[in-house]
Amino acid sequence: MNKNTSSLLRLENITVSFEGFLALNDLNLNFKKGELRAVIGPNGAGKTTFLDVITGKLKPTKGEVFFKGKSLIGRKEHKIARLGVGRKFQSPRVFENLTVKENLEISVSTPKSPLNLINKKIINEQLEEIEHLMNVINLSKKINSKAGALSHGQKQWLEIAMLLGQKPDLMLVDEPVAGLTDEETDLTADLLKSLSGENTVVVIDHDMEFIRRLDSNVSVLNQGTVLCEGTMDTIQNDKRVIDVYLGRPEE
Amino acid sequence: MEFKNLKLSKKTTFVIWVLIIAFIIAAPSILPVFRLNLLGRYLSLAIVALGVDLIWGFTGLLSLGQGIFFALGGYCAAMYLQITSSSEFPNNIPEFFGLYGVDNLPFFWEPFRSPIFSLFAIWVIPALVAGILGFLVFRNRIKGVYFSILTQAALLVFFNFFNGQQKLINGTNGLKTDVTQLFGQMVGSESIQRMFFWFTALLVIAAWFFSKWVVKGRFGNILIGIRDDEPRVRFTGYNPVLFKTIIFSIAGGLAGISGALYTVQSGIVSPQFMTVPFSIEMVIWVAVGGRGTLLGAILGAVFINYAKSLVSEALPASWMFIQGGLFILVVTALPEGVLGWVQGEGPRNLLQRLGLKRKIETYPSLEIKNETEVLKNE
Repeated sequence: MNKNTSSLLRLENITVSFEGFLALNDLNLNFKKGELRAVIGPNGAGKTTFLDVITGKLKPTKGEVFFKGKSLIGRKEHKIARLGVGRKFQSPRVFENLTVKENLEISVSTPKSPLNLINKKIINEQLEEIEHLMNVINLSKKINSKAGALSHGQKQWLEIAMLLGQKPDLMLVDEPVAGLTDEETDLTADLLKSLSGENTVVVIDHDMEFIRRLDSNVSVLNQGTVLCEGTMDTIQNDKRVIDVYLGRPEE
Repeated sequence: MEFKNLKLSKKTTFVIWVLIIAFIIAAPSILPVFRLNLLGRYLSLAIVALGVDLIWGFTGLLSLGQGIFFALGGYCAAMYLQITSSSEFPNNIPEFFGLYGVDNLPFFWEPFRSPIFSLFAIWVIPALVAGILGFLVFRNRIKGVYFSILTQAALLVFFNFFNGQQKLINGTNGLKTDVTQLFGQMVGSESIQRMFFWFTALLVIAAWFFSKWVVKGRFGNILIGIRDDEPRVRFTGYNPVLFKTIIFSIAGGLAGISGALYTVQSGIVSPQFMTVPFSIEMVIWVAVGGRGTLLGAILGAVFINYAKSLVSEALPASWMFIQGGLFILVVTALPEGVLGWVQGEGPRNLLQRLGLKRKIETYPSLEIKNETEVLKNE
């Protein structure tokens, strides 16, 4: 039993208290390298809060987060991003006033220092990377369109491409299929599946069909803590899960 | 506040520049000396407006304290002129010191004997002050309205400090430059003033090229990213604090150059440069001209100020009402400013309303409207 060697991200006893309300309550999660994991839970279960803690947006009241063996607590957001944690937001957040290409340039550019950006041109390798990403998300024809002019689905995909461009070791994907058509949802599921193995992908979503299609391990959060973990089949037959989430659709 | 990113087309930019340069070249022969001097002053204000556009139009930082950096540049220029023209006064120090019984030059005046130091100080000192102030503010993630209030508070602090320092910088009276000497001539003389006019015109063009260069590539895109969605920029691995500090510092440097040129052409620098309304006016010039267009900042600064002096001569005391009305008009009817209106759908909509142009049949959807804009830009 040596699960720490293959562990990429480990959350230990994370507690987040908002003036007494426990958004996360002694949360323990472990993600292996190359794993694809779905995280589900009813509204208010702490799904987004848990992403906020990993990415440095929120400092937990208690607990530790280890990424590649380093503690992430107290590090700034941009430092955590540079360590290799990428995040896709719930509603697509692309830079609407910039073109598709400019959006991708922002994501692939390294080093990310102001001096590098102001006096150097983007290198060819990065341009090729952009071209590759455009093909992955099927937006090659829109390369010079403003991102704000894209459809909702295209924005979702552009944001996923921006995430890929950062070459993160850990991809945190928050509701990637919200507002997508069934066909787009299936394509997204396949894309995320193909990314795992090399990357560690954590997907947060409500859409059960989508989660099922991911065919991955699932962690169910409830009231800020892990209720149970396992395959989709195990989860769906777990009585506690049915009680809090699947059986009774309540808001 | 909704920002649209308006890139002026190459053609529009070119046409406007041809007009500006033609006007500048013609100005000395068609304008009387008095008017030419006014134009030179207003051209120098265009440089501080460019800085306001960089931080507000592109980066979303609404500073109401640009007067600080403007005045600092002005004081640097005036101190050089005063100290180098003080040989006939007692103790070889500027005349005003005598009024307060000061016999020894305060230490910080000494380096201003050097023209090289002074030329650098004009933009480096304001840029440094802006950089330090900016870093402290941005590091603490103060933004939006709080940033604006803080810059205004800083402005008041500087204003009151400068006002009270009679023994150091002549306090509320300020430092006069028109009776000082430069190249063996009076700074207020016609030939020197004409030289400053040309110099200012050149620097406006240089400042525009510089600003354009700053916002052109990826650096500029990050600024726009910070303006539209700062957390997203952070989660992509960039440190917005650095970018904001740099651009605020650049705007401070531009304000300093602007203040120095304004000082030598108006003949005096005083704490009046740091009054609250003046710094707000700078924002109005950019808003009226068109945020995020750079050229709009230049046009806004020059035209509004020129209009101000013409209106004030004809109808004294009416300018404040006109300026207020202009600002309300822009905010409600032309939120993108005049250049933004010209560049966007404005002229076509106007012609349509007047029945001079057929309406284009489109669905009134936001996305489709954006598509057409995109196509037009390509």
